[in-house]
Amino acid sequence: MQREAADTCIKTEKLTLGYSNQEKDLLFYELNLCLNGGELVCFMGSNGIGKSTLIRTLAGLQKPLSGGISFPANKSGIELEKWISLVLTDRIITSSMTVYELISFGRYPFLNWKLALANDDKRIIEEAIQATRTESLIHKSVNELSDGQMQLVMIARALAQDTPVILLDEPTAHLDLNNRVEIMRVLRNVAKTMNKAILVATHELDLALQMADILWLATPDKQIEVGTPEDLVLNETLDKIFRLKGFDLKTGKVNHAPFRNREINLIGTGYEFLWTKNALDREGYSIDVLAQIMIEIVYDQNKLEWRITSSSFTKNALSIAEMLDFLAKLPYEPKPFPPPGQVYLSKS
Amino acid sequence: MNRSLSTLNIKAGLPYGLGFLVFFFLVCFLINVAIGSVDIPFLAIVSSLFRDASQGIYEQIIWDFRLPKAFTCVLAGAGLGTGGLMMQTFFRNPLAGPDVLGLSSGASLMVAFAVLAQGVLPFGLGSFQPWGVALAATSGATAIFLIVVAASRKVKENSSLLIIGMMVAAFTSSLVSVLQFLSKADDLQAFLIWSLGNVGSTNWNELNVMAVIIGIGLLIALGCVKPLNVWFMGENYAISIGVNVKRARVWIVLAASLMVGTITAFCGPIAFVGLAVPHLVKLLMPQSDHKILLPAVALGGAILLLLCDTLSQLPGSTQILPLNAVTSFIGAPVLIWVVIKSKQRN
Repeated sequence: MQREAADTCIKTEKLTLGYSNQEKDLLFYELNLCLNGGELVCFMGSNGIGKSTLIRTLAGLQKPLSGGISFPANKSGIELEKWISLVLTDRIITSSMTVYELISFGRYPFLNWKLALANDDKRIIEEAIQATRTESLIHKSVNELSDGQMQLVMIARALAQDTPVILLDEPTAHLDLNNRVEIMRVLRNVAKTMNKAILVATHELDLALQMADILWLATPDKQIEVGTPEDLVLNETLDKIFRLKGFDLKTGKVNHAPFRNREINLIGTGYEFLWTKNALDREGYSIDVLAQIMIEIVYDQNKLEWRITSSSFTKNALSIAEMLDFLAKLPYEPKPFPPPGQVYLSKS
Repeated sequence: MNRSLSTLNIKAGLPYGLGFLVFFFLVCFLINVAIGSVDIPFLAIVSSLFRDASQGIYEQIIWDFRLPKAFTCVLAGAGLGTGGLMMQTFFRNPLAGPDVLGLSSGASLMVAFAVLAQGVLPFGLGSFQPWGVALAATSGATAIFLIVVAASRKVKENSSLLIIGMMVAAFTSSLVSVLQFLSKADDLQAFLIWSLGNVGSTNWNELNVMAVIIGIGLLIALGCVKPLNVWFMGENYAISIGVNVKRARVWIVLAASLMVGTITAFCGPIAFVGLAVPHLVKLLMPQSDHKILLPAVALGGAILLLLCDTLSQLPGSTQILPLNAVTSFIGAPVLIWVVIKSKQRN
């Protein structure tokens, strides 16, 4: 249970969601949650567990089965469309519309029937464009945007609505790593600089761990575990819920079993050391200072080399690929193949 | 950055676009009035317009035939164009239109009941009462619109909706043909001429009824600019920016049915105008703001129907083509073009 603060933007009390009150149709049972200003909350859970339903319910698009949603910080009782803005997974189809026009729809709750943007509206739209760094896109047609640009534009549209709360449903789905990081950074920045409450439903465990102030974890028993990412890692809640297969949360890496029965003494510093170790881990070597084979990372006049030495040979490799290639050709005794569930498993 | 935003002028070409439409509209209106099966000298036309009684028969032709016909074109074109635009926005489907989705057929059915059933059924609307026919046609169009709306909530694909519209149209026309089979020869001929599309048979009295109803429809449409503008984002987004989607749905259906039904009642089921005009107007001025699109499409619809009617007069001859032959001749290629364009985008 997350603490309630002075700027609690959304609070739920015994909120129960589902298709009907029958046990099998329930999605969430009696949730007590708080969403506070200035916090980036990542909401995680497996597909179909009801993340989108909860977001739609919090946004007032759907009625809960029972329980209540209140907005303690909304003391003057302003309308919902001025309190919560949304970024949904609904696909948008449009023919002739510029990005600027799409973003300006965020101002619709504040416009009368003439739909004319006042100077204040234009200023808020400009701020939204700046916060999402979409300046270069505003004259483009919405159809020309890539998936990542489209998400940024939809976030800009939500920012233009200038609400204390933004709820986002899978804004990083189907995006490459670079765009995912960019979007999470924008959201984090917005939460901090504009003191907004931001809830992001996402699958990206790695990003959520690094970016979120608070995690909401949907559990199989129809509850939501709440806590800082670090607490949830250390008390192993995350492990239990995700039943992680080979991904070590405490190091943030995928576990590789050292199936090659060969130890290597790796000497080096900095990123080069980390990435070389990463490659050796992946290929099933174990790192040991007492090993027979030694790999030394040599920095020679801006040139990078991997010097592989043992009692019987010396080899200078110019790339990690060449180094791995050389190591693979050394005669060795393979260990019996490890049992399933320990190697070749990625995060997903 | 600031410069790029302050010089932002998306709608720079807009006054030209609307100005062009108004100018073109006036030209088309005058040409439409000037051309007909009787050659009237230009000066006689101008003085007839100012009710110069000395023009005699010319003045009668202008005021009793040409002007009512031209105004019918204007009202019908404006109503069908805006009706089509509203339906395309409403269904998020570029192929939607009053005739494509069966609204015209629904209106036809009710008119057929009103006109043809007099000989068959003990009741009927009796004589061709303008308000009664308008009411019948509007109720038919509304009924079909509601059926299609219900269907559209089940099917997500654009083409499925069109197939449903076609089938509804086939269903209603089968009922119409039964009525035709059973009706008297005189009624049948009147109905057949009506079903070919006809803007030349409205008198001033009927025109007044049309003008009032289309005016109400256009006003409702203008009142729906906000929901229409955000409709493309889908229901959830629309609600999240404060649009009352349920209420807007009622008004949009009502306005479109009212206009399409009334026009169908007085002019017959005019094909393709409602479908083609929004696309032609958007081609002239790429635009998604209904505050501008609605008047532009109304003007565009009036222009297209005036042009089609002028062509159907076959200038220089005393023959007249059925109006639907001309509108389909223009509308069908537009439909094919829209299908190809939307396939390319996907």
